[in-house]
Amino acid sequence: MTAKLKQDEPDTRNILDTMKQGVIGKPIPRVEGLAKVTGTATYAAEYKIDGCLEGVMIQAPFAKGTVTAIDTDALLAMPGVVAVIEDPRQTARAAQGTANEAPVQEPMTVTYYGQPVALVVAETFEDARNAAAQAKLTYDIEQVGSFDPQDVEAEVQEDSATRQGDLAHAVKTAAHAIDTTIHTEGHASAAMEPHGSIAEWDGRNLTVYASLQMLNYNITELADSLDLEEDRVRLVSRYVGGGFGSKLGVSEDVVAASLAAMQLNRPVRVVMTRQQVFQTVMRRSESAQRFRFAADSEGTLSGFGHEARVSNLPQESFAEPVLQSSDFLYKGENRLLELEVARIHRMTAGSVRAPGEAIGMPALEIAMDMLAEKAGVDPVELRIRNIPDKHPANGKPFSSHKLEEALRQGAEAFGWDGANRAPRQTRDGEWWIGTGMASAARVHNVSKAQVRVVLAADGTARVETDMTDIGTGTYTILAQVVGEMLGLETDKVLVSLGDTAFPRGSGSGGSWGAASVGSAAFVACNAVRDALCEKAGINTDDAEFKDGRLNGGKTFSDILDGTEIDRTGEYEPGDISEDYVASGFGAFFAEVRVNRFTGETRVTRMLGAFGFGRVLNEKTARSQCLGGITWSIGAALTEALLFDPKDGHVVNQDLAEYHVPVCRDVPDCEVIMVDERDPAASPIQAKGIGELGMCGGAGAIANAIYNACGARVLTLPMTPDRVIAAMPD
Amino acid sequence: MTITVNDKQYDLPDDPRVSLLDFLRRDIGLTGTKKGCDHGQCGACTVLVGGMRINSCLTLAVMHDGDSVQTIEGIGTETDPSPLQRAFLEHDGYQCGYCTPGQICSATALLDEIANNWPSDASDDLEAAIDLTDEEIRERMSGNLCRCGAYVNIVAAIKAAAKEMAA
Repeated sequence: MTAKLKQDEPDTRNILDTMKQGVIGKPIPRVEGLAKVTGTATYAAEYKIDGCLEGVMIQAPFAKGTVTAIDTDALLAMPGVVAVIEDPRQTARAAQGTANEAPVQEPMTVTYYGQPVALVVAETFEDARNAAAQAKLTYDIEQVGSFDPQDVEAEVQEDSATRQGDLAHAVKTAAHAIDTTIHTEGHASAAMEPHGSIAEWDGRNLTVYASLQMLNYNITELADSLDLEEDRVRLVSRYVGGGFGSKLGVSEDVVAASLAAMQLNRPVRVVMTRQQVFQTVMRRSESAQRFRFAADSEGTLSGFGHEARVSNLPQESFAEPVLQSSDFLYKGENRLLELEVARIHRMTAGSVRAPGEAIGMPALEIAMDMLAEKAGVDPVELRIRNIPDKHPANGKPFSSHKLEEALRQGAEAFGWDGANRAPRQTRDGEWWIGTGMASAARVHNVSKAQVRVVLAADGTARVETDMTDIGTGTYTILAQVVGEMLGLETDKVLVSLGDTAFPRGSGSGGSWGAASVGSAAFVACNAVRDALCEKAGINTDDAEFKDGRLNGGKTFSDILDGTEIDRTGEYEPGDISEDYVASGFGAFFAEVRVNRFTGETRVTRMLGAFGFGRVLNEKTARSQCLGGITWSIGAALTEALLFDPKDGHVVNQDLAEYHVPVCRDVPDCEVIMVDERDPAASPIQAKGIGELGMCGGAGAIANAIYNACGARVLTLPMTPDRVIAAMPD
Repeated sequence: MTITVNDKQYDLPDDPRVSLLDFLRRDIGLTGTKKGCDHGQCGACTVLVGGMRINSCLTLAVMHDGDSVQTIEGIGTETDPSPLQRAFLEHDGYQCGYCTPGQICSATALLDEIANNWPSDASDDLEAAIDLTDEEIRERMSGNLCRCGAYVNIVAAIKAAAKEMAA
């Protein structure tokens, strides 16, 4: 039986707060944690399947053109090689998040350097790797004019544009005006687990163990790629070694392993090399972002402009949505927001943790810091002064708004001194020391989701959905939602995830997982509660579920008397998505040391204060925030994808050359979770959290660098060369 | 040629191209050791050979005739986890869990290295006894990447485990 809730109105009942079990929000350790710390958690490529062949992808060594032949005879003559899979159904790119259809196929038509074109399958990994490295391709190359997004024509994204009033006039007549352009380099998700798949084909049905974030979409993407009916495909992703956007859509390994298994009637494993992950999955687009502000003498905005250029391959609908929070974050009746996409032949651009705000917010917050300086206003006060009371363009109300509280709580805990913000106040030997701050914002989304909850005859609960846990804490927070609603400790709730044999969840992406599947579990639990109360002959409104007993009397097991209650809950956002502007908000504060001779920057202290609705688990929520802060440090100081201007290939295609933060780059960080219940965000009053922690943080570090040494760096990451170049004498 | 892994003896593979990492993961099914980059850049494949931590992707299995290897499966189990494993659980020193076995193997060796006064870049004095400071831990754990960004909790977990083990 399926119970459904389409949410058209805010849910102010706060039902979870009225429950008695007391597990919701508690900092309990992850329920799957022992498996992870002892190495028994099984990731996609680790299933032990007899007779499994190994596949390694062959890639195109050029950016644009056609592969006319592969010397398969030579490959088949090599030791251990079983087959070379050339199939027009092979995907040439990974699918975009929520694509729900096959991505670009026909891989012999090449549109970026490193594109997979075929698969070598051998008895061992070593044989497959050896053969793939020696594959001889014949091809026709088409010349590409330029791989630089600034050199080519760009299309304006009309659907995200805002044009209101007269920004140019406002800027011209303002007491204080800003007109600055900030550049950010591309990023890689670089999840620790490379994309990998094992496919098994029984002649009719296909099972694929894969590393994916959104099985509810991926099953359609895979079925569509293979021309198979969806009910003949099963995807399993019980553990996912990080995703950060790179596993939103079905990746090339999944299709390659499937085609090979179907052709050879044997199980086939395809695991991408680290270099292949860098080359063939997703990059975050670089950006050029122009900000134009008009403010009165107090710093209050009357004009707000944010125009940006990002890039992608032809045929891709995704455009890094850098304007997303600029849409509603600050005042300014004269508004101009425009995003344009340049078509270039670098690899596919797609989602990397917090697409849009991850680079849009830091850039915006650097520009705001410049305005604060110009207007002579404490940067914290400037933000507070410019918080609109409703959406500044369309007038919609906010569902809940914790920016001011986050700014104030964060400033106090950090010991923020906004009075004298002139640079170069403090020096320790050759190190300038300074502080900076930035706002955080990330739009909140929810999605349709289904979760099955079974109250078993023994009084324990089972929870099933194809939702994934990519390190976010889904296993644990679902155990807490269900435990709270049904009156069970979390060790009495068994959560099973990541299998399309279960009801469709929301998938993990856009920070919408917990609120979406948590709400679906909530809906299912309400139905289970009703059914149990009916059996017990009492009204649900009079029932207290606690410690496996109803109203402190009979155990669930006694009431069930050998039967079980099985309900699927379906949650769907209704009018709330249209009627309100919903967002997580927060504030970052950073302290840095900048070397006056080398330009090296070290972050010595960082604090984030965030409001994201109900906290479902204090421990995992804090970890999500810490993860975001860590990413902020990477985006600020080290992370940059670099491309060869001659052929567009990713130059720094591994973890030695693409620099994610390491342990010593990250100081002890503080996280404040601002108390909030957002009734229009979801019926569990929770909002997204996984991305908010990096939406602005790099801006706080940039502003701290300026405060420390006077270097206003307008290109991120702020590598030593850029800091030195911007540093005054 | 044989190798001992977690006190159990195995024959080494015939193919000399097999890395110690692939031998562990595929040939003998110990998938707790992870492959993150296969190039010694991420530390996910860290295991202990003769008590010392190495990247198992950077060494060939056949080079370890007679060696004794300890992997995450040998450090503790779900029913009997090591103090570090318990501390990672309690302090949420992980998220997706993929780098975690490598982190814990590295931390296991780290505690020995500090106990034996091996200096690091974070040590003020190369000759003196080494204290288990946050900066020592951060420096010595910097070969183990965690993209989820759990470093703050990893440092806390290692400190807590060291304290418990000293008590």
